[in-house]
Amino acid sequence: MRRLLLLLALFAATPALADSLLPAARWANVQLPDPAKERQAKALMETIRCLACQSESVADSQAEVAGDVRSMIRERVQAGESSDSIRAWLTSRYGDQISLQPPISGANAALYIVPILLLIGGIFLVRGRLRRRRKA
Amino acid sequence: MKSLRLILWVPLIGLIFFLVFFLKGLNQPEERKIESALIGQPVPEFTLAPGMVGRPGLSSADLRRGQPRLINIFASWCIPCRQEAPQLEQLARMGVPIDGIAVRDRPEDLARFLQSYGDPFRAIGADVDRRVQLNLGSAGVPETFIVDGRGIIRHQHIGVITAADVPNIMAAYQEASR
Repeated sequence: MRRLLLLLALFAATPALADSLLPAARWANVQLPDPAKERQAKALMETIRCLACQSESVADSQAEVAGDVRSMIRERVQAGESSDSIRAWLTSRYGDQISLQPPISGANAALYIVPILLLIGGIFLVRGRLRRRRKA
Repeated sequence: MKSLRLILWVPLIGLIFFLVFFLKGLNQPEERKIESALIGQPVPEFTLAPGMVGRPGLSSADLRRGQPRLINIFASWCIPCRQEAPQLEQLARMGVPIDGIAVRDRPEDLARFLQSYGDPFRAIGADVDRRVQLNLGSAGVPETFIVDGRGIIRHQHIGVITAADVPNIMAAYQEASR
């Protein structure tokens, strides 16, 4: 009986959602009528970090704030703004970290350069080995 | 020959370093605070309609009237905002002018929230579509900005203002008053 009551209580419980009661923004989950513009908007959204679920892009995230950013991006693309300009606007508000493709600069330059150096080093290593083997 | 032997250990040691680094990274939370890039810069232009009847709305022009202000970004649906309400009231009692930006809120919910948890706000702007929050570089609720008398953003506090944060906020406010 007690278990049943607890079970029934679950139906009455409302989850503590971190979302508002207002409906999703106009263009949060609606594609733009022009397929080319929608493609441009989608490509940009996939490279913008969600402010709530930071490992996801706004294109993937179900968070309300991601929907608001999607809607804003679609509106701006619809109005003819370029993706670079929208990204620059977001960067001026949130810094480079808003972009999932951060520009090469300062500390993160190593992330771009080290793999290339390692690859070159590896090629030399293998080349040396093969040569030695051929001589033997 | 001896030195060659030692060199052979280098990749293993490198690997161990890498694994330790990797394991540490696994245990670190991925969530970081995303700070506004606008600190030290003027508040972007915006105009918000009143969030509820009988209360003025908020515009960027209101933030350059010579007196520093505290801008609290909150919402009635935001549970942690309830937690910081007493601290905002305390700051208001200490003489800090507080304006609110209500994110994605409805007047009736807002009225209920203020009635239950206290109302330290001079003005409340309704940011129905969250555009002003995004324009300010704010990532969530609650967040608090301190803007000086010339409309320059001087300080950002991310998350709930706890009792322990009040002296910090007060210091930032006084710093902005100078």
